[in-house]
Amino acid sequence: MLNNSPYVRANSSVTRVMLKVLLALVPAIGVSLWLFGVGILIQLALASLTALACEALMLKARGKPMRLFLTDLSAVVTAWLIALAFPAIAPWWLVVVATIIAIVLAKHLYGGLGQNIFNPAMVAYAAMIVAFPSLMSQWPSTQLDTAAQLQAVFGHADATQRAMDAITSATPLDSLRTGLRAAGATVESVVQSPVFGWAGGSGWEWLSLAYLVGGLWLWQQKIITWHIPLAFIGTLAAVSGVFWLVQPDSFASPLLHLAAGGSMLGAFFILTDPVSAATTPRGKLIYAAGAALITYLIRSFGAFPDGVAFATLLLNICVPLIDMKTQPAVFGHKQ
Amino acid sequence: MLTALLVMLGLAILIGASLGYASLKFKVEGDPLVEKIDAILPQTQCGQCGFPGCKPYATAIANGEADINCCPPGGDDGIHKLADLLGREYKPLNAEKGVEKPKAVAFIDEATCIGCTLCLQACPVDAIAGAAKQMHTIIAPLCTGCELCIAPCPVDCITMETVQETVDTWKWRFPTFQIKPVNTRTAA
Amino acid sequence: MNAALRKLFSFNGGVKPQTHKAESTRTPIVPLPLPPVFVVPLHQSVGGTPIPLVKPGQKVLKGERIGAADGNYSAAIHAPTSGTVVAVEPRTMAHTSGLSMLSVVIEPDGDDQWLATEKFPFQSAAPDEVRDYLRDAGIVGLGGAVFPSHMKLKPGKATPMKTLVINGAECEPFITCDDMLMRERPAEILRGICIMRELLQAEEAVVGIEDNKPEAIASMQTAAATMPYVQVVAVPTRYPAGGAKQLIRVLTGIEVPHGQRSTDYGVQCFNVGTAYAIHEAIELGRPLISRIVTVAGHVDTPRNYEVRFGTPMDFLVQQAGLKTGCDGFVMGGPMMGFRMPAFDVPVVKATNCVIAATPALFPPPPPEMPCIRCGECARACPTDLQPFEMYWHSRAKNFGKAQEYSLFDCIECGCCAYVCPSNIPLVDYYRFAKTEIWARERQMEAADSARQRFEARNERIEREKREKAEKLAARAAATRATAQADAGSAPSADGADDAKKALIAAAIERAKAQKPATAEAPAVADASTQD
Repeated sequence: MLNNSPYVRANSSVTRVMLKVLLALVPAIGVSLWLFGVGILIQLALASLTALACEALMLKARGKPMRLFLTDLSAVVTAWLIALAFPAIAPWWLVVVATIIAIVLAKHLYGGLGQNIFNPAMVAYAAMIVAFPSLMSQWPSTQLDTAAQLQAVFGHADATQRAMDAITSATPLDSLRTGLRAAGATVESVVQSPVFGWAGGSGWEWLSLAYLVGGLWLWQQKIITWHIPLAFIGTLAAVSGVFWLVQPDSFASPLLHLAAGGSMLGAFFILTDPVSAATTPRGKLIYAAGAALITYLIRSFGAFPDGVAFATLLLNICVPLIDMKTQPAVFGHKQ
Repeated sequence: MLTALLVMLGLAILIGASLGYASLKFKVEGDPLVEKIDAILPQTQCGQCGFPGCKPYATAIANGEADINCCPPGGDDGIHKLADLLGREYKPLNAEKGVEKPKAVAFIDEATCIGCTLCLQACPVDAIAGAAKQMHTIIAPLCTGCELCIAPCPVDCITMETVQETVDTWKWRFPTFQIKPVNTRTAA
Repeated sequence: MNAALRKLFSFNGGVKPQTHKAESTRTPIVPLPLPPVFVVPLHQSVGGTPIPLVKPGQKVLKGERIGAADGNYSAAIHAPTSGTVVAVEPRTMAHTSGLSMLSVVIEPDGDDQWLATEKFPFQSAAPDEVRDYLRDAGIVGLGGAVFPSHMKLKPGKATPMKTLVINGAECEPFITCDDMLMRERPAEILRGICIMRELLQAEEAVVGIEDNKPEAIASMQTAAATMPYVQVVAVPTRYPAGGAKQLIRVLTGIEVPHGQRSTDYGVQCFNVGTAYAIHEAIELGRPLISRIVTVAGHVDTPRNYEVRFGTPMDFLVQQAGLKTGCDGFVMGGPMMGFRMPAFDVPVVKATNCVIAATPALFPPPPPEMPCIRCGECARACPTDLQPFEMYWHSRAKNFGKAQEYSLFDCIECGCCAYVCPSNIPLVDYYRFAKTEIWARERQMEAADSARQRFEARNERIEREKREKAEKLAARAAATRATAQADAGSAPSADGADDAKKALIAAAIERAKAQKPATAEAPAVADASTQD
């Protein structure tokens, strides 16, 4: 029996959309691999397996068709975002717990695919950084060999801790924040440290570039629109630029803000998550600009080195209001 | 201390006065709750609820004298709406009052009709045309299907006819989910 | 006139599905042979259902009126050939619902003899006469909306008519009936356009044709070369460029809002097929009894036929060589067409295309996934709606909210469902919500009228009671007055007693007087019950 029209469809599916997002993350995974070693691959595998297991369990519990929703790859996208946002040498349980929080709490308890108000990966990140702030800020300072990586991820707590002290360093934003606390320190003196490369931190600027490349490809593939990345980057640059021009000693340059931390990951992959983001063109601009502003405020005046996760969650709350107030004019009703 | 007291007192008087003024100025005439309930009721005026019409039933509900599940023509949908409006618990339709039926209109068999005008007097919405010793006929678009004309008819010439769906009243069905296409095929 | 210089506008959204048009444009239009029987539904256009004018057994000639327009918002129906009316009865309609509608069943006599036809003196007739003539000739919009054309041929009140837009865009995949008509009969179309232009007093007429039909554009441009006020313009190929509002926007830049007359904005839009039908009606005196229909899909030779209304669809499709495995007919294109409830439903005025569908041609949609709010539908929507919001609210049966998101501005073009990565049948939800809202509005209107009538009746009963009481009181007062007069100068203390006595006496007298009358009344009632 025939259905109702339309009888023809464009060749698109949720799986295809998610697959493209995963592909767009590949450059960043490559750079991470080069920067931090195979740890990132271990984390990706851990997160993906946990995500799929949780997804399967929750689908079963909720009586949803298993195969259809497991193959939509949305859980894998969440898993990859978590793995990439977490330190490559974080202990294995950190990523596993985070993924469980993301899939079970932030996704399925809200109703599963398409129903979550908050970005699941960012809920997990926020929960973990509040619960384990030190573990979340220990990034490998150099590329580690595989044995050291495995030791860091799967080793005993004590041994891990000892090993960690030797091999880790804070992220550039973290260093900047602690550096500025010292008496008489200025941004200029702090960024002399080798941890800061030519832009946003040694190596980190390449990671940001990789996200930028992946994000631009997503835009070219029409998976995302220009509104959110541009508004986020533009606002972040503008706000940090103003502070930097007024007081260059205490505030980092726009370039550092854009290239460091989760700016690019957030602009192209986190904030653009369609389920939890604003949907109207004007709404997207407001949403991303708001997120950029809060990110900057948290980075410069807040208690955490980076603010992308919290900014995303805060703006997620505002989405229904933003969408409602920014409905575009309908054909024939424009004035 | 005294100033604070005076300020508070002044504020209290001011707010009280403005509230009093507002209650006079924006006084709502009539009982909006009865109107709201009446708007949900189907206006069949059939009296199956035990009240002489929809408005009296609405008034009784508003006064807490009647339950919300006494209106068979309003059906389950109507009870749900009333429950939502009044914040009361949903109850299934009171079977004593009748059962929900598809919409029907009365039809007078004109060969049998004797023109006694009894049905004219029974019709709550004046949907029957006719006069003494003249043939009566139902003005179908105005008939609410209350069935009140059936009992008074001395020759039993009135029947209820279910309203048939036409192209103008046809409705698209709610799209069905096709999550398990394999199962539906085996079922068929 | 050279059309290259016209400034074109664009509408947002739209999609580019595969067109499948080449298959059915290889061969010219052919007239379809007479089928063994015609089933002509009376209701073939928007508006009132025409009233049948024929009875079973009656002979009819080709072009004879068999259904008269019911009021002005309706259009007449005519016999497609000469023959005998075998029945006037409900038959299954060419409508997804599968409901039946009063139809005239005609058995052709094979002579195919025209009723005497003559040219309508259009130049000397008053505009209203022309419109009445077109209504009685059964002219309706042949683009698919089948709106009575005479209703649209009135110039707007406030704005002077500027542009008459002629829709030859034909943006739906598979359909090529307008394309072939423009290729083969451009002169007739243009004559129809001239008539419409005069009726509307439009400054110019612009024919918009999608640029994937170069032959039709060339043919129309050649024919229009001598007409300074007709422009033939190629518009970019993008579905739904052939939507009336979208085409008006592309050609004039004017956006006509939902629910408003386009003549109030100085434009009006007609399909090329309608222009052709108007030419036939006015200049040849032939009512609308046939149209060009594309037969496509699972057939040997997809092509265009000139088909008379009432021809069973299976007869039509078999002429094109129906292959086995067809699981249903789709009337219209794959984007907006409708599934037919049976194979033998008749071709009607709205039938621009019949597609023989197979599961391979139109595969069942993949399972519906939840909406991920990707906004793809909003970007594809040609009316700038937020389809996913309308979907949420329609699905939740939150119809008020769906209306707030401009549900009724939706033209059901199907672009949103076409692009949806979650394979949600979005348009089905809008159709469901729209018909549900209409049903509720009808219900509400009926309830309101019942309430009013009930209250009016109660008031009347009250009034009658009151009047009766007043009358009684008045009569009592009068009797009292006469009694008082009779008593003359009696003391006032006894006066009251006397008055009472007089009242009772009067009442008894009245009762006596009424007795014979009441005695008769039951006898009459008995007599009538015994009948």
